[in-house]
Amino acid sequence: MLRIENLCKTFHKGKTDEKKIFDNLNFSINNGEFVIILGGNGAGKSTLMNLISGSLIPDDGKIFLDDRDITNLPEYKRAKFIGRVFQDPLKGTSPNLTIEENLSLAMLRNKKRTLSFGINNENKEFFRKKLSELNLGLEDRLSAKMGLLSGGQRQAVTLLMATIVKPKILLLDEHTAALDPKSQDKILNLTKEIVSDDSMITIMITHNMSHIERFSSRVIKLENGKVEV
Amino acid sequence: MNILLSTCSQGLLYSILALGVYITFRILNFADMTAEGSLTLGGSICAVMLVNGIDPILSTVASGLLGSLAGLITAFLHTKLKIQDILAGILTMISLYSINIRIMGQSNISLLGRSTIFSKNLSFVIGAIICLILLLLLNLFFKTQIGLAIRATGDNEQMMKALGANTDIKKTLALMISNFMCAMSGALISQFQGYSDINLGTGSIVIALASIVIGEAILNGAFIMKLISVILGSVLYRFIIVLVLSLGLNPSDLKLFTSIVAAILLSLPNTKKFIMRRSKNAKN
Repeated sequence: MLRIENLCKTFHKGKTDEKKIFDNLNFSINNGEFVIILGGNGAGKSTLMNLISGSLIPDDGKIFLDDRDITNLPEYKRAKFIGRVFQDPLKGTSPNLTIEENLSLAMLRNKKRTLSFGINNENKEFFRKKLSELNLGLEDRLSAKMGLLSGGQRQAVTLLMATIVKPKILLLDEHTAALDPKSQDKILNLTKEIVSDDSMITIMITHNMSHIERFSSRVIKLENGKVEV
Repeated sequence: MNILLSTCSQGLLYSILALGVYITFRILNFADMTAEGSLTLGGSICAVMLVNGIDPILSTVASGLLGSLAGLITAFLHTKLKIQDILAGILTMISLYSINIRIMGQSNISLLGRSTIFSKNLSFVIGAIICLILLLLLNLFFKTQIGLAIRATGDNEQMMKALGANTDIKKTLALMISNFMCAMSGALISQFQGYSDINLGTGSIVIALASIVIGEAILNGAFIMKLISVILGSVLYRFIIVLVLSLGLNPSDLKLFTSIVAAILLSLPNTKKFIMRRSKNAKN
């Protein structure tokens, strides 16, 4: 369970452009739950994601995951159990590395990286199988550079990379917003498939109301730094 | 024939520096100026060790290892003290000037009559063997899990953080390897030219960058091809220098010449785009 307790975050504290984002924010999400976060621009949706992932540290309050206090855990340590997909399809993959090299880095999310080869025949076979599940024909292009793929393809691979080692929390920050309608549809279907079969907590930011119906999920609405019920 | 071989050797020895600079500038996307200081550091340490009668191979490797410490200091300034990459490198580079004079006790040391790594054999053969070994080691290393993580850190640091990697450690490692190469290059160059000098490193980053862009202009492709292109670029650069000097260029104008060549080649992709857009507009 993810529990947010009395979370406070203010940007530019003490300056004239001080902006209070969260003032004693409280909510919790159970394992296996899919939650959609709604809110206008500047309501703090992305800030909330960054606080959970550790890119930002809160001014006050606590974040618990399965009763473990992760409030001050550095981002890269938290990433061992948090998978993320960003709005910008270019942010989730390394363009100068090949598809298989990207996937092999994702495989090591919660392991120590060593001096053994990043790619071997065994994980190649595994990547091929996983990529074929995306139905994009990428299974035959393992050694193609990531930068050659389209935004939709890159976002699909990012989603695969975020979940190839099952995370406890999956953060989706408007991950379809930069894609064309067809790719959006594809990525949403993939998302649904990936999150349906386990106890993962999924938090998705979206502006698209039709997504709520599609995922028949709980909605958390952020307004004025509080959760609107 | 003699000039040909010695130009090749010089190119090969400087290509080790260029490979080091390639690791930071191109792979890690980190403008590391430490290279200039660690090149001289390698030369200084090696010269002092040789004068004291220590084995040339041991001296060369030890110079490289101590050079990697310079990279460690720059990494510390950048990752822990949060100093901008270029500034962190400059700080280390400038401090190395004083340190190098301390090491040598004077501003240059002659290696005349000392036994060096090149004493027993043709310098070209030795240079080629060392380059080949380093090339293969680098190619292998950057295919390992750690090596891939370093490349991805340079490519997309945000992604590596989101994949649970401590990118500070990756940067530190890359800087240490890069400066190991730079210092080892300095040690070899000093032995090759028969003296170590405090000004060895001055302008060497530009030479390395020129070599890298010359290489990129002639060869591209898989990762190992990129490494080979750096070595080829460095050798080609030496031949260009020999050519322009024989055409009557004043040696003191060499640094200006090198900078202009590097600037032209670095801007080539953009210039190409600009010209293509221009000619397209002219047609319309």
